[in-house]
Amino acid sequence: MFPLIAENLVVEFNGKHILGPIDLTVNKGDISLILGPNGSGKTTLLKSLHGIMKLKRGSIKWSCSNNSSMKKQMFVFQTPIMLRRSVFENLTYPLLLRKVSNSKAHRLATEWVEKIGLKEIMHISATRLSGGEKQKLALARALIIEPEMLFLDEPSASLDGKTTVEIENLLKSCTKNGTTIMMSTHDIGQAKRLAKNILFLNKGILESNQLTETFFLEPTSPNAQKFITGEIVE
Amino acid sequence: MNDIWYGILQAFQLIYTLDQDLIDISVRSLKVTLSALVISSLFALPLAAVLAVKRFKFRRFIIALLNALMGLPPVVVGLIVYILLSRSGPFGVLDLLYTTAAMVIAQIVIITPLITSIAHQSLRELWSEYHDLLISMNTSHIQRIKTLLWDARRALLTASLAGFGRAIGEVGAIMIVGGNIDNATRVLTTAIALETSKGDFALALALGFVLILIAIALNLATHWLSKTEREGRW
Repeated sequence: MFPLIAENLVVEFNGKHILGPIDLTVNKGDISLILGPNGSGKTTLLKSLHGIMKLKRGSIKWSCSNNSSMKKQMFVFQTPIMLRRSVFENLTYPLLLRKVSNSKAHRLATEWVEKIGLKEIMHISATRLSGGEKQKLALARALIIEPEMLFLDEPSASLDGKTTVEIENLLKSCTKNGTTIMMSTHDIGQAKRLAKNILFLNKGILESNQLTETFFLEPTSPNAQKFITGEIVE
Repeated sequence: MNDIWYGILQAFQLIYTLDQDLIDISVRSLKVTLSALVISSLFALPLAAVLAVKRFKFRRFIIALLNALMGLPPVVVGLIVYILLSRSGPFGVLDLLYTTAAMVIAQIVIITPLITSIAHQSLRELWSEYHDLLISMNTSHIQRIKTLLWDARRALLTASLAGFGRAIGEVGAIMIVGGNIDNATRVLTTAIALETSKGDFALALALGFVLILIAIALNLATHWLSKTEREGRW
């Protein structure tokens, strides 16, 4: 499936330039975090790479067919989308879509519902969960199929510290299983804790793509330097 | 006022004594209406889901047309179905005129746009909520439609019940195509119309109360069986 190669990626919306041109390569096992100010195009880049956003120009190539790659990647949205089903049924849903047997789906969902601490409330409607619980469930629903590629759009935005730690732990454990992660965040601390490399995006342009250590020590982009030090990036 | 009290009294008496004519007419009413409802729902609900999920040429026109057809005058439907099923009509060879099958056909024509339009409203809202998730999970159109139909099942039940209400209370079309033949095509509404024209208001009222009781009982039973409004459920 890897590498993922994006070439000359350009996205426009209603004639307005949103993103690009961007050239990017994602290798297996990468944990890439996208940093950048509001409106810099982080979500657009994630959605484009995932294949759910129409490109104006450019291409996204996996080493396997697009259809096959789509089955091996998952996306976790900033505002978790819950199916109007129970917590348990939300977990079995992606498995049953992939024709996993009922018994295996139930076994895996039982394991995961315990792992994310929602066992006691697994039969209530997922729409009744708190924001943090919904985000954990959304992440578990993505991880339950053991995706090779996971896209996350600010998964811990507006969550409390405890839930953020739980989500980061889930992400760390899935990277041990070989899942490649690309995630957007506003949280510089989270970038330091999780990322192997950091993409800095500003006004739709990828201004830097560096290893985490070098990004924080010697950012190649002046805007990235401003962002790290907490200055307003214009 | 006396007629109303007498009607209520006679209604209870007819029900209490299990009047054979009343039972025959009520069962026939239910058979015709439920047959029309089932056939219509089997067609209308998937159509509503397709209209919500798929984008195709004339989609907007079809939605506007269905909304317009919600207010279709039943007498006109009866007339058109009559012409189609009459001996000189294109389907005259089927010999369906003045049978309960003709009444079912007329009711299907009347309630299908209603059920489709109401169901479409609910499914469109659900689709806007699920859109990004189901696209990102690489679901097929069939999987999306199945998911929407299942998760919106309670709203769809309401749509079907609205169709039931319209069909069971219908008189103009079924009078034309059914002929109100005693022991053959006479149903509650046509019997009420007949008794009123004969001046037997008490019996007409009695039949009317039975009609109302059937409609309320079926609605309550459906809500109870589907656990609508139950705490913690959708």
